[in-house]
Amino acid sequence: MHIKNLIKRIFLFYYEGFKDMTVGKKLWVIIFIKLFIMFAILKIFFFPDFLKSNFNTDKERSEYVINQLTNSKTTDHD
Amino acid sequence: MIENLDPGLVDWSRAQFALTALYHWLFVPLTLGITFIIAFMETIYVKTGDPEWKKITKFWMTLFGINFAIGVATGIILEFEFGTNWSNYSWFVGDIFGAPLAIEGIMAFFLESTFIAVMFFGWNKVSKKFHLLSTWLVAFGSNLSALWILVANGWMQSPVGMHFNPETARNEMLNFWDVLLSPIAINKFLHTITSGYVLAAIFVIGVSAWFLLKGREQLLAKRSIVISSVFGLLSCLFLIYTGDGSAYQVAQKQPMKLAAMEGLYQGSEGAGLVVLGIPTPGKQFDDQKDDYLFKFEIPKLLSFLGYGDVNAFVPGVKDLISGGYEYNNTNGIKETALSAEQKIEKGKISINALKNYKHAKENNDSEKLKESLDLFNENFKYFGYGFLNDPKSIIPNVPLTFYSFHIMVSLGFYFILFFSLSLLFIYKDDIEPRKWFLRLAILTIPLAYIASLSGWIVAEVGRQPWTIQDLLPTVAAVSQIDASAVQITFFLFTIIFTALLIAEIRIMTKQIHIGPKEGGH
Repeated sequence: MHIKNLIKRIFLFYYEGFKDMTVGKKLWVIIFIKLFIMFAILKIFFFPDFLKSNFNTDKERSEYVINQLTNSKTTDHD
Repeated sequence: MIENLDPGLVDWSRAQFALTALYHWLFVPLTLGITFIIAFMETIYVKTGDPEWKKITKFWMTLFGINFAIGVATGIILEFEFGTNWSNYSWFVGDIFGAPLAIEGIMAFFLESTFIAVMFFGWNKVSKKFHLLSTWLVAFGSNLSALWILVANGWMQSPVGMHFNPETARNEMLNFWDVLLSPIAINKFLHTITSGYVLAAIFVIGVSAWFLLKGREQLLAKRSIVISSVFGLLSCLFLIYTGDGSAYQVAQKQPMKLAAMEGLYQGSEGAGLVVLGIPTPGKQFDDQKDDYLFKFEIPKLLSFLGYGDVNAFVPGVKDLISGGYEYNNTNGIKETALSAEQKIEKGKISINALKNYKHAKENNDSEKLKESLDLFNENFKYFGYGFLNDPKSIIPNVPLTFYSFHIMVSLGFYFILFFSLSLLFIYKDDIEPRKWFLRLAILTIPLAYIASLSGWIVAEVGRQPWTIQDLLPTVAAVSQIDASAVQITFFLFTIIFTALLIAEIRIMTKQIHIGPKEGGH
């Protein structure tokens, strides 16, 4: 009963807080649009984790990186 | 293979990271500083019970909320880029960033979901003291959050407390405290957060000055100016102290960055600090042109600030390339500096030893394994040089580093004058008739952002070509992906971040026009 009341009070705290917002409502819209663009579009379509998506195990990843690092000839550019 | 790397890929990946980091940093410093200013204001409200202080606190809290909401999660983009564009780097860094970034993530989550909610929703719902406690916790929490990111950055500038595992090609943390308490990380943290305090104080004074110019909210404006002038002036003085500490660390750990900051090609004993100067355009480290078209310097000050000795030798770009000068190593023992060419040679030995180690491991050749591991460890401190071909690759963009550094420092000293005048005028209660100062205060807001961004340009451009100092240059850190993919996201980010910045400025200015009001945020 006590926990139920606590949960209800926390819920009401946030609910009434959001309800009473003025400029905050607009900001939440911006936050949600931003998070949607970041995680649902950019992360999925443009920013796959290169090593995770190309290799299945850490062993494969480390072998790939060691190959990358040790098979360099002179590599700099201005 | 890295030898087939498209140079355009490295440049676009760097440009994209620079763009996102700089835009991200537009939102961060105001949050770092204004939370403390708000906490001071609310403390006075709780102590005095004066409702005007509550109104003032709530007004600045709303502006903080706007900045926080627009800026929140913009840093996540940088983590996306690590995984996609900088995969070799991300792998090489190993678990060094794991602990600090995990702490940062957990802290940010709890901070943002609880105490910020109490700050904004808790007026009249929790006790005054608990509300005040939440405000202080948000101030300390957001600054502590910055600590972990800056510790990670500090490690890149001066890698300590780790061991490189040649079997996995990853760095493993040996001592968390060495990483956390690295002098370069501590100085970086203190210098960076203090710069945020200065920026926030200028922001509050500038907005208050606008109210005074408009003849509105005089009490709010004057009280805000008092708090911010004191906070800003003290922060500015501390900023000089931490800046001196940072410069000392740079001199010890990143002498090439120091040379670029000062436009110093030819080192000397008793080197002066250039206060004002124009580096010779097109100057190359090995030509005979003078370092500067003109300069005004304070004699011997650079030697003193960098090495604590007015007669100490400060190596210039040329000396760092040629080597041969004497310096004290980290253990205080005198050594002769290697040339860039010798370092490149040692770096290649280290890379080759890693390759041999791998082959020996595959062939179960224990003798070769030990031999190659010893050779690798012996030369590991120059590992990154092995990816370079030309000694001059270790020279960063000198004019950009020089001008950024001098803009930052000049503005820092201007801010001291600005806060002093602000404090003087507000103390004498004649700030309102001084329209010139009020206009200057508004114009100083963008200058604070320019100074702050210049600081990051010095820190990051000045340490090129390294992603991790001496161990991994950008050319070896980048992922083998198509440069056009990076170009597309570069322009995408330009659009997204510019839209966010416009939204921030529009919502912020609208809210400032509305001014303080009763009710929710």
